[in-house]
Amino acid sequence: MSERLPTRTEAFEARLKKRYAAERRFRLAGIGAIAFSIIVLAFLLGTMTINGIGGFQRAELTVPIDFTEAGIAGDPAVLSQPGGLQNLETGLPSVVQFFAERELGTEGAAELGNGAWREVGAAIVADPALLDRSVVFDLPASANLAAALNGDGSPEMETLAQQLQAEGQLGTGFDVGFLTRADATDPQQVGIWGALKGSILTMIVTLVLAFPIGVLAALYLEEYAPKNRWTDLIEVSINNLAAVPSIIFGLLGLAVFLWIFPSMRSAPLIGGMTLALMTMPVIVISGRNAIKAVPPSIRDGALAIGASPVQVVFHHVLPLALPGILTGTIIGMARALGETAPLLMIGMRAFVASAPDGFTSPATVLPVQIFLWSDEIDRGFVERTSAAIIVLLLFLLVMNGLAIYLRNKFEKKW
Amino acid sequence: MSLTILLLLALGLGLAGWLAGRARAWSFRRSMGASSLAALPSYHAWYVALWIVVPMIVFIAAWSVIAPQLISQHVLASPAAAGLPEFGFKRESMLAEARAVATGAARAVFNADAAALVEPYREAIGRYQTIGIVVALTLGFIGGVWSFLRIKPDFTARTRVERTVMVILLLASLVAILTTLGIFVSLVFETIRFFGMVNPLDFLFGLHWGPDPMANPDNPDPSRYGAIPLFWGTIFIGAIIAMIVAIPLGLMSAIYLTQYANPRMRAWVKPALEILAGVPTVVYGYFAALTVAPFIRDLAVAAGMSNPSSESALAAGLVMGVMIIPFVSSMADDSIAAVPQAMRDGSLAMGATTSETIRRVLVPAALPGIVAGVMLAISRAIGETMIVVMAASTAANLSANPLEAMTTVTVQIVAMLTGEGSFDHPATLSAFALGFVLFLVTLGLNFIALRVVKRFREAYE
Repeated sequence: MSERLPTRTEAFEARLKKRYAAERRFRLAGIGAIAFSIIVLAFLLGTMTINGIGGFQRAELTVPIDFTEAGIAGDPAVLSQPGGLQNLETGLPSVVQFFAERELGTEGAAELGNGAWREVGAAIVADPALLDRSVVFDLPASANLAAALNGDGSPEMETLAQQLQAEGQLGTGFDVGFLTRADATDPQQVGIWGALKGSILTMIVTLVLAFPIGVLAALYLEEYAPKNRWTDLIEVSINNLAAVPSIIFGLLGLAVFLWIFPSMRSAPLIGGMTLALMTMPVIVISGRNAIKAVPPSIRDGALAIGASPVQVVFHHVLPLALPGILTGTIIGMARALGETAPLLMIGMRAFVASAPDGFTSPATVLPVQIFLWSDEIDRGFVERTSAAIIVLLLFLLVMNGLAIYLRNKFEKKW
Repeated sequence: MSLTILLLLALGLGLAGWLAGRARAWSFRRSMGASSLAALPSYHAWYVALWIVVPMIVFIAAWSVIAPQLISQHVLASPAAAGLPEFGFKRESMLAEARAVATGAARAVFNADAAALVEPYREAIGRYQTIGIVVALTLGFIGGVWSFLRIKPDFTARTRVERTVMVILLLASLVAILTTLGIFVSLVFETIRFFGMVNPLDFLFGLHWGPDPMANPDNPDPSRYGAIPLFWGTIFIGAIIAMIVAIPLGLMSAIYLTQYANPRMRAWVKPALEILAGVPTVVYGYFAALTVAPFIRDLAVAAGMSNPSSESALAAGLVMGVMIIPFVSSMADDSIAAVPQAMRDGSLAMGATTSETIRRVLVPAALPGIVAGVMLAISRAIGETMIVVMAASTAANLSANPLEAMTTVTVQIVAMLTGEGSFDHPATLSAFALGFVLFLVTLGLNFIALRVVKRFREAYE
């Protein structure tokens, strides 16, 4: 009987220890990689939230206005007409200025925002009964005073801000107008509604064009297409389009769509058409996967009882594949919603100070608005930009949540 | 506005035709018995509806392209247009202003001379709008009546409707080819115009980039159009710095998630990583410009650099790398999962530790897939626009120092097309040439990656 060498020599133990140490290091590296990504994500979201909370607020001066003393007479019938606010333009600004000076002093009143009287006017139009009593208004302060309140203004302005704040006449309040106004040059005056409406209009165009075309193309390729050179070409071009950089689609929109419709620069219609070409391949690819997942037995069953190939697809396959297609569509739309570069190419970076009226009027969209504000050097715009980012991210979150909900609700194991 | 009305009109008429066709088919059925009809009544209805809606939609689409041209021709032919300047920017702006007032987009003209054009515009728009509506209605009516009269009990409506449906399906899938063709043609066309002004060799191999959009467009200085610094900046930021971040982090995340993590952790971490891919690039760009770039600058100052640039290739590349992580990790995830379980089990049975199995067996076996994923990630990184537009600079710089300002192809496309230059200027056209190069390079990378994935998948089946 030959003598067996001991398996567990010292060298072996040392080697094993080393191997186990390597194993631990490898695991740690894996955890570290994941932790890094998640920390960056948390940091990104955290910075935006902290900055953005300030963006939803604005500096406000408290001004009590005694309308009985001011003696403003407004006929409610006249005021409620469209443009009724203009009737107040002659008298109201001086009244607001007068009461502001009485309350805040000359220096303080000078820092009232330009559009302050409009808010008072809007309140009167909404409720003419205000004219019979004294009302306390929170009116927007000027950009300089707002910056000083955040500790970022000139020394004189900061003293004034501290003084007014100590007297309780200056504070920050939630700015409802941020969600209802459009772009402006003054960070105190800007709002997001213009860009949001532009985004919504653009997304409607994108959806109306990309969804039917994408679904029909997916049905054709998956159900009917013969295996030949043409279908190969279609397939290759769809796969390639899904990977073409988005800015190239912008160049296409610029060269083709703006050449056909030269008068529609920066219109949601053109933006939507450009984004639809970008979204369509995503819908086709996800649609094909959803259609592929419908088992052949359903097709065979329908064919066996005499349905035509078109009936099989439209009565049986499409309804079963629809939840999957919808999930892919929502994800594609979410990508289109966050897209900026192609829209810059077709001129959606113009300054648009009012919300777009329709599909052909000049508009901007949320991501482009963020890009434009990020270029502003004014300190107030940093917070506004972050606030706009929060709105955009919330929209994306809702869309992705919807996609996940649909997937979970309709997911089937055949 | 008139477009919406026309489309609604088409749909309304289509609905009417649908109902009429169905009613007629039902009347046959009632008078002659259920078995006598060659197709279900709803197919007769669809037949009529298609004959109404399809010609109308085709006409509306064509008309919305043709009508604006006809309107401006009409206005230019009117006596009021005689006083217009011969050509150039002023003429265009006056026409645009008058059009805006006539369509109600603006209240009053800014340029008093344009006021005379408002009336002809209004008249022309009104006239062509009426013509459009009348022709569309006539087309719909003719189609409707003709198809309605064709409905007979033995009329095989279903086969005809289905044939139309197949044509529509085929047309929908042709959109992809048309788009590709459109991209190709528009890029090639403008690129050829650009190369008519600047020698392609100067463009592809020149070392200095600094187009001047204000210079005389007829005689461009070819030495200003050397794109090598842009190509270098793109490769340095997108393919080097971003990949140094994304490849190890993405690969390790994928390995941990597939091999070590328990299902509960995986269920939470995977979506979290996917969020990273879902954040819009403009947000990353803002983050890079506002937080990362100043931080890097401060670090450089602390490290003793005298005058670091506030816009560095490093900031853009780092943030881009983070954005690409989920992309790399999901591709790596797929290809590692595709390695047969037997190979993993075999290695573990031989006594290898998990990490040895991963490094020596799984990763080499999955390598083609991982490489393909990395190529797709690179193609995405070099096509990425907003991060570099916001965090990198517009100064072309041929340097290997990541702390220096650098610019990329996409940044220059944006800069050239959003500047003041006219559309015939070589500086503007250079954007299309850059876009063409970008298109070809990304296409090449994607094509190779897809081929690699295909070949690799077959290996285990």
